[in-house]
Amino acid sequence: MSEDWVYGLVAEFESDAQLMRAAEETYAKGYRKIDGFTPFPIEGLGKALGKSNRIPLLVLLAGILGGCSAYFMEWFANVVSYPLNIGGRPLHSWPAFIPITFELTVLGAALTAFFSVFVLSGLPKPYHPMFNLPEFERASQDRFFLCIETVDPQFDPVRTRLFLETLRPLMVKEVAK
Amino acid sequence: MSAEAGTLIKGPSRWALVVGAACLLLCALGWFFNPRQFFISYLFAELVWVGVALGCMAFLMIHYLTGGTWGWPVRRFFEAAARTLPLLGLLFIPIFFGLHLLYPWAMPARVAASAALQQKQFYLSVPFFIVRAVVAFAIWSWLAFLLSKWSVEQDATNDPAPMKRLRKLSGPGLVIYPLTVTVVFVDWVMSLEADWYSTMFPILICIGQMLSGLAFVILLLAWLGPRTSLAEILGKENFHYLGSLLLAFTMLWAYMSFSQLLVIWSGDLPHEISWYLHRISGGWRWVLTFLVLFHFFGPFFLLLSRQMKQTRRALATIAGAMFIAHVVDVWWMVAPSFYPQGLHVSWMDFAALLGIGGIWLSFFARNLAAQPLVPMNDPRFAVAAVKI
Repeated sequence: MSEDWVYGLVAEFESDAQLMRAAEETYAKGYRKIDGFTPFPIEGLGKALGKSNRIPLLVLLAGILGGCSAYFMEWFANVVSYPLNIGGRPLHSWPAFIPITFELTVLGAALTAFFSVFVLSGLPKPYHPMFNLPEFERASQDRFFLCIETVDPQFDPVRTRLFLETLRPLMVKEVAK
Repeated sequence: MSAEAGTLIKGPSRWALVVGAACLLLCALGWFFNPRQFFISYLFAELVWVGVALGCMAFLMIHYLTGGTWGWPVRRFFEAAARTLPLLGLLFIPIFFGLHLLYPWAMPARVAASAALQQKQFYLSVPFFIVRAVVAFAIWSWLAFLLSKWSVEQDATNDPAPMKRLRKLSGPGLVIYPLTVTVVFVDWVMSLEADWYSTMFPILICIGQMLSGLAFVILLLAWLGPRTSLAEILGKENFHYLGSLLLAFTMLWAYMSFSQLLVIWSGDLPHEISWYLHRISGGWRWVLTFLVLFHFFGPFFLLLSRQMKQTRRALATIAGAMFIAHVVDVWWMVAPSFYPQGLHVSWMDFAALLGIGGIWLSFFARNLAAQPLVPMNDPRFAVAAVKI
């Protein structure tokens, strides 16, 4: 690769619908090292870019784990470790155990959702090449960006640029590493 | 547009009317032979359909306040259901003749035996009960009348004034709704058990009503959506929104139901636990198991999946099952008070449910056919339509 300083080719779009179409076509062309940048979340963009989302599964598992461990903790404390007669109720009083089980289910799921977003998206990230592009400022205002990275096996400085031009972007530019 | 929906629902609605009328005739026979069972079944059936109508009206007002794409395609369903409330008020009248068979406070022998009931005589008396029911139906009908009148006005004009009025009414309306439900459902259901009371109960009723209303409109949207002009504004995200709401209300219902149980179970007081003791005795225990599985766990786990919420058929199936589960829930709230020794099913339960349901559905269909299915000239709808 002659242009070692290039991180990728970026195309700028005017609307979310255009970006969605561009993302689908880019993925269909066989590009895999691609990413989209938008001012607001767009339903289905991750899927169009071929990104798998493991967060729902993680959250579900963490929720189940949180609930089960809460119930086990209460059962162990009240029945095995320190049995105490409270108002003549059975030691294993399941209705009284449910609120904590519910709370820890939510806690486990919520914390996992929060931290897995951080970890899986590589945050915190003090440096990202996209910010070398002056126009990228508008990705948080009103423009939509699609980036094909040079590390993509299909990447070719000329042909990739020509392909991006066919998607009718506002502009196509190289981004420095 | 409306003609299209009209022809689609004309056949089923005529059938509903025929079946409804036949079943009500059967019920009238039942009244003659076994008046007590008739009133039990009739009360249960009436409460099911009142719940659907009120739940729809509550969602209608929420939609006016919050806006959002979720409500556009089903707003006319909500309106048509809300406008059945005067009919349901008429259908409530027979219950006034059976109060002495239904409610302990209207049975002189029970009152004589209970000091608590004697203390409650002023409030829980036949005339006052009737007054409260009439006032509640009058308020609901008036709300439903205004909500649909201004909505029709908005159809004809570009001026957003009717929409502003609708929003102004919906705020207070959403306060009036749970307050009136609190008053009348204390009468209609809570007072079936002589000594029982629960402060959680009215909101549990409200959530159940909204859940059944939502399940009903999802079923209807799944049926009519692709076959009418609604198809133009309908995407799979619409089913997703309604599915998410259904999930939320399923969880809310479970949360409320369990909270009520937890408070009463922890207190363990004789006059409070009677409600649950009657409802778990004998075969009622299996009805409760059914509710736990099909009113909560089943729909909860299925609706977690995005796929399920977005697939029209899958969501309609879940909503249908949810509706049936809620009918069983209402039955489980009413019937065990009369059969505390164990499960009791009567043919009149089914006849009354289908009887009132048939009449209600045909009236609902008539309301629905009177207007275009897609609300027009809504200032916020223009924005939503562009987004789609």
